[in-house]
Amino acid sequence: MRILVLQAHPRPSHSIAQKALGAAARAVVGVTLHDLYATYPDFAINARAEQDLLLAHDLIILQHPFYWYSSPAMIKEWQDIVLDFGWAYGPGGNKLHGKFLMNAISTGGSEGFYAPEGRNRHTIEQFLAPFNQTAHLCGMAYLKPFIVYEGRKLKKALLDKQAEAYADLLQALATGQKKPLKRLASNYVLPATFKAAGEP
Amino acid sequence: MTLNELLLGAMVYLAAAVVSAPLAKRLGLGSVIGFLAAGALLGPSALGLLGQEQESVKHFAEFGVIVMLFLVGLELEPARLWSLRRQIFGLGLAQVLGVAAVLMGLSLPFTHYWQESLMVGLILAMSSTAIVLQSMEEQSTLKTPVGQSVFSVLLFQDISVIPILALMPLLATTDFPGGTDHSGNLMSEFSPLAQGLITVAVVAAMLLLGRYLARPLFRFVAEWGAREIFVAMSLLIVVAITLLMTQLGLSPALGTFLAGVVLADSEYKRELEMDLQPFKGLLLAVFFIAVGAGIDFGLLAQKPVLLLSALAAFIGLKLITQFLLAWAFGMTRPDQSRFSFALAQGSEFGFVLIGIAAGFGLLTQDISALLTALIALSMVAAPFLMMLDEKLLQPRFADGDFLREHDVITHDGVDAIIAGHGRFGMTVSRVLNAQGKRTVLLDIDPSQVDALRKFGFKVFYGDALRADLLESAGAREAKLMVIAIDDREKVTELVKLARHDFPNLKLLVRVFDRTHAQEIMREGVETVYREVFGTSMDLARDALVTLGKHPYEANRAISMFRAHDERFLRKAAKLNGDEAGLVDLSRQSRAEIARVFAADKSGETATADNAWYDEDGEKSSA
Repeated sequence: MRILVLQAHPRPSHSIAQKALGAAARAVVGVTLHDLYATYPDFAINARAEQDLLLAHDLIILQHPFYWYSSPAMIKEWQDIVLDFGWAYGPGGNKLHGKFLMNAISTGGSEGFYAPEGRNRHTIEQFLAPFNQTAHLCGMAYLKPFIVYEGRKLKKALLDKQAEAYADLLQALATGQKKPLKRLASNYVLPATFKAAGEP
Repeated sequence: MTLNELLLGAMVYLAAAVVSAPLAKRLGLGSVIGFLAAGALLGPSALGLLGQEQESVKHFAEFGVIVMLFLVGLELEPARLWSLRRQIFGLGLAQVLGVAAVLMGLSLPFTHYWQESLMVGLILAMSSTAIVLQSMEEQSTLKTPVGQSVFSVLLFQDISVIPILALMPLLATTDFPGGTDHSGNLMSEFSPLAQGLITVAVVAAMLLLGRYLARPLFRFVAEWGAREIFVAMSLLIVVAITLLMTQLGLSPALGTFLAGVVLADSEYKRELEMDLQPFKGLLLAVFFIAVGAGIDFGLLAQKPVLLLSALAAFIGLKLITQFLLAWAFGMTRPDQSRFSFALAQGSEFGFVLIGIAAGFGLLTQDISALLTALIALSMVAAPFLMMLDEKLLQPRFADGDFLREHDVITHDGVDAIIAGHGRFGMTVSRVLNAQGKRTVLLDIDPSQVDALRKFGFKVFYGDALRADLLESAGAREAKLMVIAIDDREKVTELVKLARHDFPNLKLLVRVFDRTHAQEIMREGVETVYREVFGTSMDLARDALVTLGKHPYEANRAISMFRAHDERFLRKAAKLNGDEAGLVDLSRQSRAEIARVFAADKSGETATADNAWYDEDGEKSSA
């Protein structure tokens, strides 16, 4: 499976967890790592080029820090510009049917924060509902997110371990050792359009 | 001459050059005037520090003119020269014949024979290559179209020295009282036909050698020789050509010019220029000083009325004739004036021609003396005449007194007026037009307007500083005026005018620098755009990326720097020239920068970019 990692960090020089994840992803054969903030520092996203990239891959990973319970602004801009009406959804919008979407995120807070009784009052998957539904509308399968908690406080050894796990996951998905549908997000119902496209 | 005398003479010349040129420039006069004045002051007629040697010095220093033409040739590739052919042989021929005929006619009553008058006309038709090129180079007008016209005429004058010299013996032999056969070069024993053939052959050989032999020769010297050898080689070429041409009875200036053209597209062009430039400069300085020293104030003292009225007639008629020629050749009014004033003096070749013509007995003693004085005085007057044109006449042309009529502006609706449609305004108008905005474009440079019209830009020729013109350009209904004119003072004036007469117009102003920006801000316009600021920011951003900074972070850093700089600019503008306040403010600004750098060292950020993280990095990262 061909994997596209869309990396979005507005300030990589101060990144710890995302830097480690990016390096891990880059090392996996069959993964395309695409830094959106570096490519579009003026936010002038080239829709055609981005769409071509999507067409050339099967699994799209949005890899970013978890800002304000969501993604940095660039990911939102990317959604607005690239996932076009009549291309990704709506009449004739079938280009992403049968593909996979996943978030790979790093958080500031601890795992315990993300629970109904925790400080943030919701689970991560609850916060990720907009991505979940985006995938659904576009006829894609939405996978369980890959999460690194407390990215800035993690001891180096532990972070390295997480990065390794990320690399292993990508490796297994790329080679087909691991079936992506085995990692479907909790309670995700595959859209009819996904099934119609057939698993790539 | 002993060594000491030689050095003493050199010292006087060098000291005169070192003192007079900067002084003249400081006074707003060209260096040529400085050299001439220094020469006149030191010459035998005044202080007498320069003695009898000045005649021979002058001949030696004429070599400077030759070097200069070699350098001019180097700048002129064969294709460019070819494209000037019509100007050289059309305008050049017309200038020499026209001016010669007029001056010959004028001098007929005062000379002894018509042949003498002919000589007077031809000699005075020549103009001083040295003065004109030096002055135009200083004013950087040599490369403009009118500069090229002037240069073409000078070049033709050089060429025409050959037939004039050939003409002299013919005139002298026809039952002419003082006629003597006089010949001074190797060629005189050949028949005229053979002379012509030999000349063509030698020049052709020289050009071929220059084309095919010079390059390997230069490469050899560059590889094996020291730097000095290359300099010696450069000089050798010029000296050798000069000697060869003199032996053939041709103009050495013309010969070296052609040699320069041949070498113009060789890879050693820059080195040749660098090597010869100092020689040219020094020799020309010495030449001008010698001309100054040669002015015979005696004649001026004895017959001031005669001499001065002859001078006025000479310069006046030459001016008028050249004005007419320039007009007939379709030059614009300002160019007619530049052209005529530039060429209105006598030539250093004139001195040479006088000598030879007198040798043939074609000029009598008194006429020779008068001509020499006339040429020398006119050469002194030349820089002043050019300055008169530059300082008094040209500005009046620009003010529209004589100028081409302003265009009648027609438009159907306008969103924005763009005042000044050079490179800057043009980019702005292209963006606006591409977005379907209706623009009226104004520019004050006729050639720019004509050129742009050829490419389909609807540019109007007109001065944006005229309220009536702005009105007809639609200043009442437009929302916006972009000011992108190339003149600092005029930008400020236009801002004042627009603020007063058209308060509805929003102004976006291209300014030149920080001071100018503050000047405009004090007029109440905050939307100013410093000419090179944006570009330098763009480059700085790319420099950061090249040095490894992430592109988006580089963008943020630049935005923050920019905001800081503009904040400071706005504050400074408010101070309105209050020195103490400004010092205070710049101290504050420095303190801010220092704080940023300190923060940087302590591991914070270079541009105090605190977005996304506070100190422990969790402000917004959930």
